[in-house]
Amino acid sequence: MEHVTQHSDPHYDQEASKLGMWLFIFTELLLFGGLFLVYSIYRFLNPEAFQMAGHELNLSIGAINTVILLVSSMTIAMSTSALQKKNKGLTVFLLEVTIILALIFLINKYFEWGVKFDHGIWPGSAHLVNDMSKGEILFFGLYFVMTGLHALHIVVGMIIIIVALNKVQKGTVHADRPSLLENAGLYWHLVDLIWIFLFPLFYLIH
Amino acid sequence: MEKEKHHIVPYKVYFYILIALIVLTFMSIGITQINLGEYSVLGAMIFSTIKSVLVLTWFMHLKFDQPFLRFMVGFVALVFLAITFITFLDYYFR
Repeated sequence: MEHVTQHSDPHYDQEASKLGMWLFIFTELLLFGGLFLVYSIYRFLNPEAFQMAGHELNLSIGAINTVILLVSSMTIAMSTSALQKKNKGLTVFLLEVTIILALIFLINKYFEWGVKFDHGIWPGSAHLVNDMSKGEILFFGLYFVMTGLHALHIVVGMIIIIVALNKVQKGTVHADRPSLLENAGLYWHLVDLIWIFLFPLFYLIH
Repeated sequence: MEKEKHHIVPYKVYFYILIALIVLTFMSIGITQINLGEYSVLGAMIFSTIKSVLVLTWFMHLKFDQPFLRFMVGFVALVFLAITFITFLDYYFR
């Protein structure tokens, strides 16, 4: 009997794993929260400059990227349901779709930033520093830092999803041990959540 | 163990949430196109808040999780609002 009690399975606690992910998400929310606060104060101090600079941004590309992120959030949420229903093929397919959508988001972002660079707008560029007001410099500074940090989160999210996808394929992540996929999903929804606030604040200033 | 068993959300629920999110996105674009002056930010933020509640509740499963997680998320939101409020008190009355 002694032997039986000493036998141990690798420890697995789904609730604790989820709680840990949420604690991490809180730190991320407050990181972006701080940036949103900086944005609000500077917009409050420079309303006209923010409005003028906001018109430089391409509303359609912002709207398209919003829809892309929302759809990708749905596909990864569906993949967790598919995993629980033990439908491995569908789980893998939905994760692949999510990764492709993330990639399209980044490609759009690349072209969007590219247009700004063509217009001579990047942090510290001569055009920005010499020809623009303090408020516009602040707007574009925040635009590049906040959308850049968000894009970095997209890249990290893609890596996490690829890892989860591999483990689903290998069978180490399955219906009874879904935490990695669920946490990858939570992270991806966080990225979506941040964009939900970034989009109106930068692209919808009129 | 049974208690920890997951609630499996049907695919169509996620699809409905996505449709709602997309509709709300276009509504927030619409409301900022009409000239509401200072209120257009407020309008856009209200739509964003509704969208984030949908994402948190359904996509992030808070609806099916233990209540303390919901409580903690609410607490973090309150902390952020409090910090924002106090910072604005400073700048507004300078």
